[in-house]
Amino acid sequence: MSSGSEKLIVKDLHVAVEGKEILRGVDLEIGRGEIHALMGPNGSGKSTLGYAIMGHPSYEVTSGSIELIEADGTRRNIVELEPDERARLGLFLAFQRPMAIPGVRVADLLRHAVSNVRNPLRKEGQELIGMREFRQELRAKMSELQMDSEFARRYVNDGFSGGEMKRAEILQLAMLRPRFAVLDETDSGLDADAVRLASQSIAKIGGADMGILVITHHEQLLEHNIPLRTHVMLGGRIVESAGPELAAELHKLGYDRIRATYPDAAANEAAMSSGNRAEVTAAT
Amino acid sequence: MSTVIAPAAFDQTALESLCALDPPWVADRRRAAFERFQSLSLPDRSDENWMRTELRLFKRSAWGPSVQPGPEAVEHEGILARNTKSFSENFLSPEAELSEPMRLAGQIVTLNGHLRRSRCDQLVASRGVLFGTPEQVMAVAGESMIRPHWFNAIDSGADMFAAMHAAFHRGGAIVFIPDGVRLEQPLHLLSCLTEGGTDLGHVLVVLGKGAEATVITETAGGGPAGSGPGGLHCGGIELIVGENASLRMVNIQNWNTGVWHFARQKAKVHSGGKLQWTLAALGSRLSQVAQDVALVGVGAHAQVNGVMFTEGRQQLIYNTLQHHEAASCISDLLYKGALQDRSRLVWRGMIKVDKSAQKTNGYQRSDTLMLSEHARGDSIPGLEIEADDVRCTHGATSGRVDREQIFYAQCRGLSADEAARLVVAGFFQQVFDRITIAPVREALAEAISERIRRIQ
Ligand SMILES: Nc1ncnc2c1ncn2[C@@H]1O[C@H](COP(=O)(O)OP(=O)(O)O)[C@@H](O)[C@H]1O
Ligand SMILES: [Mg+2]
Repeated sequence: MSSGSEKLIVKDLHVAVEGKEILRGVDLEIGRGEIHALMGPNGSGKSTLGYAIMGHPSYEVTSGSIELIEADGTRRNIVELEPDERARLGLFLAFQRPMAIPGVRVADLLRHAVSNVRNPLRKEGQELIGMREFRQELRAKMSELQMDSEFARRYVNDGFSGGEMKRAEILQLAMLRPRFAVLDETDSGLDADAVRLASQSIAKIGGADMGILVITHHEQLLEHNIPLRTHVMLGGRIVESAGPELAAELHKLGYDRIRATYPDAAANEAAMSSGNRAEVTAAT
Repeated sequence: MSTVIAPAAFDQTALESLCALDPPWVADRRRAAFERFQSLSLPDRSDENWMRTELRLFKRSAWGPSVQPGPEAVEHEGILARNTKSFSENFLSPEAELSEPMRLAGQIVTLNGHLRRSRCDQLVASRGVLFGTPEQVMAVAGESMIRPHWFNAIDSGADMFAAMHAAFHRGGAIVFIPDGVRLEQPLHLLSCLTEGGTDLGHVLVVLGKGAEATVITETAGGGPAGSGPGGLHCGGIELIVGENASLRMVNIQNWNTGVWHFARQKAKVHSGGKLQWTLAALGSRLSQVAQDVALVGVGAHAQVNGVMFTEGRQQLIYNTLQHHEAASCISDLLYKGALQDRSRLVWRGMIKVDKSAQKTNGYQRSDTLMLSEHARGDSIPGLEIEADDVRCTHGATSGRVDREQIFYAQCRGLSADEAARLVVAGFFQQVFDRITIAPVREALAEAISERIRRIQ
């Protein structure tokens, strides 16, 4: 499949939650097959970008666009689409904090998911992917990821450890094979070995036909997934983009230089976090 | 089109025409209950069991026993029909995961409490099993067999509806399983109502020592909610689980939404006996159910499962009692209800432990899931413990479908509706995991899933 020119383009994106502006003009372009890293201090808006790309109903796009460019050059702005329509177009988000769905087995969620994503026109009630075929594929993917097949019988994220949740997200990524994926801190809560395994798994799943935005605080996840570009978010904007050396610098030295270089964004950051404090005070 | 049968009144004339068909001892009991019935008025809100029940629109004088419907009257299907071999021999499951369709050892179908048809597997009957409507069984079984159990467990004077039932019961089923007989296939009672009809069926199940059986009762029909006549069910269930016997009892209430449903149900579990009792409710306009389990012999075990789904303006009220009368018994109740629209679900649960019931293990828990802002669920657990060496726990949760769960599933390609149905199915999974009869589980899951609309 020719995927060279398929792109996900975020343009001057402004996003508000409960009327409060969080993203203040984000620009980002990811080609299918490319890996990008997104770093930035806590609260800078990284997860918000992931939610906005998937269409979380609480995250309101107040201006700007999120466009999907097809290989034939067709462009479509997806900001009005439902999250499931976006998933069926080949978008994916590995959650920083995945939701538990008690009583629903990982395999059942995945069987519905796979059926819809591979057959985007499928309506509820229409046939699901065949049980045998699905089971076989699931088992194969799980063994590749060194996961026990019993795992698929557990209820989605219900009582999972932090590490299990992240591995379940990677399993879903592997089964759904999106065109563009946002991996939101898929390494947090994992020990060093698990991060290495995750890094290898993602490298194996990805490849030429997947565009990936890796949100991370660490370099290890990038070890097997060398990013084409590393972006730094501060105060709801991407303030700097560079090669892999940027990740190394931030990992070693933190964000002081970034804050000093971009005082406006730093001021926004301060405003956003003081807003949080005000909320906390109001709540107590 | 269903036939509307104008009810007579619950009066002396109606009583005597029923008594005329009964053995004398049964008729005497009816007359005693009738006296009590006449002295009682509608339960009111000063009674704790009824304080959350809206009875203002119930007109006692509007109801009476239904006459026998003509042969053209329409019967209804229960929700188990599609999973039950006797209904559709050519059952072909579209879903490979569905379990084998269920074969029945016997079946009774009634309409307005009048027998339509019944059958009992020859092999089963030859092992001494009695299965039929009370009329049918009393015609063949001796008085000494039935009399000790007939209206022995439930209190026919408890309130006006209990007395109405005891005076005017007709239809239902008697099940007798002799000592040591183990029935693998379920016995099935389907009670149907015409629009405006009444059903006062009485169910008595007696398992001898070491016997095993599965009994499923289902209800269907009656009129829809609105200004029509709806229907009335005023029923009773008595379960006697003998020593070391094992009974799986399932009651599926799926009346149309214009039906008033009043039910008094009690099980007695003897020493070493096991009861798995599943109550499922999808229908009726208003339900008032008293479900009691008495653990009367040492080491008895009762598991109680509740699966409720309400919508529209339905109102379902459950008062449950787990009464530990003997030592070393286990009772474990789990009710799960999902509420849509403006419906209301009330559960009041009580674990009562007598002084002699040491080493009791009692659990009760009720979870409700609101699918709309206007639905209302009340869970009121209670403990009354006189013994000192016991373990009793209770709990109740009430929640909404979490929008974050819906979003998560949507991110995986499920539509919002599909996601909601999956989340609700997950909510019931814990209680489905306990119900060991696969076709019952599947039929309930399917019936509930069909009723869920977009989460508001
Ligand atoms: N659902 C929400 N409700 C209120 N505030 C939110 C919500 N989501 C994010 N925020 C706020 O938006 C800002 C950015 O958060 P987030 O995108 O999670 O940052 P990051 O992922 O970079 O740590 C923070 O100030 C956070 O408190
Ligand atoms: Mg985050």
